[in-house]
Amino acid sequence: MKLLIKILSYLGLGLTLFPSFLLFSGIIESGTCKQLMMFGTVLWFITAPFWMNKNQSSEEDL
Amino acid sequence: MQNENSLLAKLNAVNEYEQQPVPNNKLKGWRSFLGTYAGEHTAGTEFVIGPLFVAHGASAVDLVTGLILGNILAVLSWAFLTAKIAVKTRVTLYYLLEKIAGHQFTTIYNLVNAGLFCFLAGAMIAVSATAVGIPFDMTMPQLTDVYPNNVGWVVTVFVVGAITTVVAMFGFDQVSKFAMVAAPWMIMVFIAAALAVLPRLGVNEIGSFWSVAESTIWTGVPLEGQSKFGFWHILFFAWFCNMAMHIGMADLSLLRYAKKWEYGFSSATGVFLGHFIAWIASGILYSLFLIESENSLTFAPGPIAYSAVGVAGAICVVIAGWTTANPTLYRAGLAIQSINPKWKTWKVTLFVGLFTTIAACFPALVMMLLEFVALYGLILMPVGAVIFIDVYVLERLGLQSNYAIITGSRLNWSVALTWLITLSCCLLLNLALGIEIFFLGLPGWFIAVLVYIVASKINQRK
Repeated sequence: MKLLIKILSYLGLGLTLFPSFLLFSGIIESGTCKQLMMFGTVLWFITAPFWMNKNQSSEEDL
Repeated sequence: MQNENSLLAKLNAVNEYEQQPVPNNKLKGWRSFLGTYAGEHTAGTEFVIGPLFVAHGASAVDLVTGLILGNILAVLSWAFLTAKIAVKTRVTLYYLLEKIAGHQFTTIYNLVNAGLFCFLAGAMIAVSATAVGIPFDMTMPQLTDVYPNNVGWVVTVFVVGAITTVVAMFGFDQVSKFAMVAAPWMIMVFIAAALAVLPRLGVNEIGSFWSVAESTIWTGVPLEGQSKFGFWHILFFAWFCNMAMHIGMADLSLLRYAKKWEYGFSSATGVFLGHFIAWIASGILYSLFLIESENSLTFAPGPIAYSAVGVAGAICVVIAGWTTANPTLYRAGLAIQSINPKWKTWKVTLFVGLFTTIAACFPALVMMLLEFVALYGLILMPVGAVIFIDVYVLERLGLQSNYAIITGSRLNWSVALTWLITLSCCLLLNLALGIEIFFLGLPGWFIAVLVYIVASKINQRK
């Protein structure tokens, strides 16, 4: 489950960045880029808190 | 009612070790600092500073070389000055200063410090507000604005300020957690926004970026009425924009939680992501805005980011401002609370948050950010020099360190004189020799060191 959430988080991060490369290369339009980035943003903030802060806690316990 | 009591108990239980060394079991791992620094320095200020370099006519070569060298100097300052002392003492700047300078001096210093922190946090709340106001078609501030010019602006600032204050009331852990989550995403948005607008600037392949950067983005020609920035301006600004934090030792409050002094190098994540990539990215965005708006005076990071990458860009401006304002409010709360340790941290933060939000209503805080950041570092720098000498040098010279607590003095005149004489000399250098505020920190530090050693010799001989 945790692995799945992590994968979704990185997918969200990827969707935040890579559409701009596609826009720069002329493969997608500006509107599509903005929509994909918004989707990536939502995905990141929904999933990342579940594993990022937990990793921090376990590291501090070491 | 039970919920209210539970919330109050939770707030009262927030213990940030303001008046004692951090215990070993509360030390934090390196990831906490990577996240905090990355979050704090990929921030709302970046949406303002990057554009101001464009406005001041920095050339592309001066910008890149100045930022690289200045950022390296900043990281070295964090690691070798702040982190080493933080790990050695494990106490906040305010507690350490009370032992060295006495309660009276610390009270004055804390008030000045807290005021400066409030203004910085206020500027960041204002930056966030420019994005929050987009859906309401709010009138945005202009480069020349000093006072709030519409009710919508004031209401928006108060909403952002209230949320920021509530989060800061729950202490460092909450701030650190939020910064950790937001930091990687924010830097992605900065990079994406810059990439997305490059074709509109005429860059259609990577190979043509540098020529466009030199001819269109960082042209080397300042906007009308702005001073010219060269290599040395960029280098010293990059080094000293966080002078209060490293050389001025404010980050003792954060780095005292570090297991090893080497964690000071984690500041590199902040400066190279925030003070390099993000400044370059926001400069690109502003350059495009100037071209497309035919040099409009409107200065609002929110709409600029929204125009580049849509809602994600606007959210980034909100969060970027927020992740700077939060730890800054927390620091301001610590500064005020050390005046009277019996005050509850959350109550102090609530008061500080209210003051900050009122200050945030004035757009001048954002428009004069470069000068304010430089002044803020300069004012706090002499105390950092005092702490450095007190921790490493005084005893080697046969003098007493932690003089105030050893002698029971409420005011160590050596420290007070160091502060006053250093700042007076800096003012003199500025007025008489015309040295710009961005360059005063370096000679100021050596003046502070010299004055403190001489003043301590005289003071302790009595």
